[in-house]
Amino acid sequence: MTLPTWMPTIVEAIYFIAAVLFIWGLKRMSSPRTARTGIVWAGAGMAAAIIVTFFLPGMHNLGWMIAAIVIGVVLSWIVGRRVPMTAMPQMVALFNGMGGGAAAAIGAVELIKFNAALKLVPDTSPIQPEAWADVAGRLGTTELVLAFVGVLIGAVSFTGSLIAFAKLQGWMDRRFVFPLQRWVNLAIFAAAVVCGALALAAGIEGHAFEWGLLIGFIVLSLVFGIAMTLPIGGADMPVVISMYNAFTGLAVAFEGFVLQNEAMIIAGMVVGAAGTLLTQLMAKAMNRSLGNVLFSNFGGGGGAAQQEIAGALKPIDASDAAVMMAYAERVAIVPGYGMAVAQAQHKIWEFARLLIDRGVKVKFAIHPVAGRMPGHMNVLLAEAGVPYDLIEDMDDINPEFPNTDVALVIGANDVVNPVARTDKNSPIYGMPILDVARAKNVIVIKRGRGKGFAGIENALFYADNTRMLYGDGQAAASGLVAGLKTLDG
Amino acid sequence: MITGFLALYIFMLAAFTGYEIISRVPVILHTPLMSGSNFVHGIVLVGAMVALGHAETPIEIAIGVAAVLLAAGNVAGGYVVTERMLEMFKASKPAASQSAEKMR
Repeated sequence: MTLPTWMPTIVEAIYFIAAVLFIWGLKRMSSPRTARTGIVWAGAGMAAAIIVTFFLPGMHNLGWMIAAIVIGVVLSWIVGRRVPMTAMPQMVALFNGMGGGAAAAIGAVELIKFNAALKLVPDTSPIQPEAWADVAGRLGTTELVLAFVGVLIGAVSFTGSLIAFAKLQGWMDRRFVFPLQRWVNLAIFAAAVVCGALALAAGIEGHAFEWGLLIGFIVLSLVFGIAMTLPIGGADMPVVISMYNAFTGLAVAFEGFVLQNEAMIIAGMVVGAAGTLLTQLMAKAMNRSLGNVLFSNFGGGGGAAQQEIAGALKPIDASDAAVMMAYAERVAIVPGYGMAVAQAQHKIWEFARLLIDRGVKVKFAIHPVAGRMPGHMNVLLAEAGVPYDLIEDMDDINPEFPNTDVALVIGANDVVNPVARTDKNSPIYGMPILDVARAKNVIVIKRGRGKGFAGIENALFYADNTRMLYGDGQAAASGLVAGLKTLDG
Repeated sequence: MITGFLALYIFMLAAFTGYEIISRVPVILHTPLMSGSNFVHGIVLVGAMVALGHAETPIEIAIGVAAVLLAAGNVAGGYVVTERMLEMFKASKPAASQSAEKMR
């Protein structure tokens, strides 16, 4: 197939338009009113960029290419369509990991080609300039450095995201901690860097490097991604996923430079920067620094003696709880991820509407990291049809808790644990929490006596003004609705 | 050909653009936006196609196919997930105003 000579120019022009559309799309996604059209614009840019790439000169393996695209698109499309909204965070992790893996694979292919070409150059010292010039044209020093860095970052993002996915999906034990873990991880990282640096130094000088060095570099990078993510507790996963999202962006930008592809450079860099900022915002919402998230083994049991919690758990049944709230003046509903998992948001909203009809003032109190990521709970409540004006952020609702007659906690745990304020030895000490403990009465819907995602006892559950309503979120919410209805009936 | 400082300028301007886009976003949009940016780096598919398109040996082709497969998954999955999340915002808007009226 021969292509007209102006084709590369068309391709370049489309790449430019795609880059504009990505930025425009992300810009629109940053406001609730225009968010929906944003993804469509970005999608149009993406589709155009992918189609014109087929028309670049000298493309081979088109059969393989089309097959791989069709399989990848169809599988992800089906999975992405089918998963429940609650599983969205791990889906982001999964798809992000795939992007990181792709970036690393691109770097690997380019480095293999480069080294294979170098192997054909007679290895004399100094290198004969005429033999070297042809190979050096493929990858200059900057490209070589960025190719290696891109492989490292992309590989870490790949395996790290897959571990994050497995953890959020509940496929893996939540923590994997052993003594001197940090030093082991550091050693793995250092070994990867040494392998990469040796190969890189040889490549820059014009000497072919041993394949073992490249293989070692890639394998160690992949292992480091796993080792780095294993000790991080589930509660910190959103921050980690966001960080890997930024990593993938950077890897894409670097490999884009290696391939001299402007659309990849710009899109990758925009995501790298946006992802970094987003990671900081998330870490800040949890009052933790990024270093703290990565290296403190959060929720690893604390180590130091935590304060004993005195008191007993006092159960309540659904009809009593319903009556208590029916005659209250103000009720605050504090939903957590547990509510979403139980798919109880629709029932809870039904219950809230019945309360509103009785003249009770109902508010939904959302912790910044309720659910699994900032804004995740808002999405889930929006799905159930809860209007925006009933949803309050932590800073707005916290002063109102002392005037709240009943706080109904459903499926939230760590974000309402007063230990974060009182116990300096607790791993969550200093994390901003919803001040539920200051409400006049607290009802906690909970499946059993288990601990939260962070693995810490919750002092709120043992407080004098707290009653436990045991049961699955969905069943408990149905019980509350039934309780209200008998009251009216 | 992008070289040296020109590349640095592109990196720098793109980084500021990304930073600016996110810096004034309400918390409720953090998750969709993260998902959206996850979709945008799916542009890696274009690079994967180029790498596979110029692959010659079986090992290069194998890694190239893996790259295209993974990148295609990133693109399609990223789009679907983001679209589904943002759909919620459309559905909730009229519902919000309706029930707000009901309450009065």
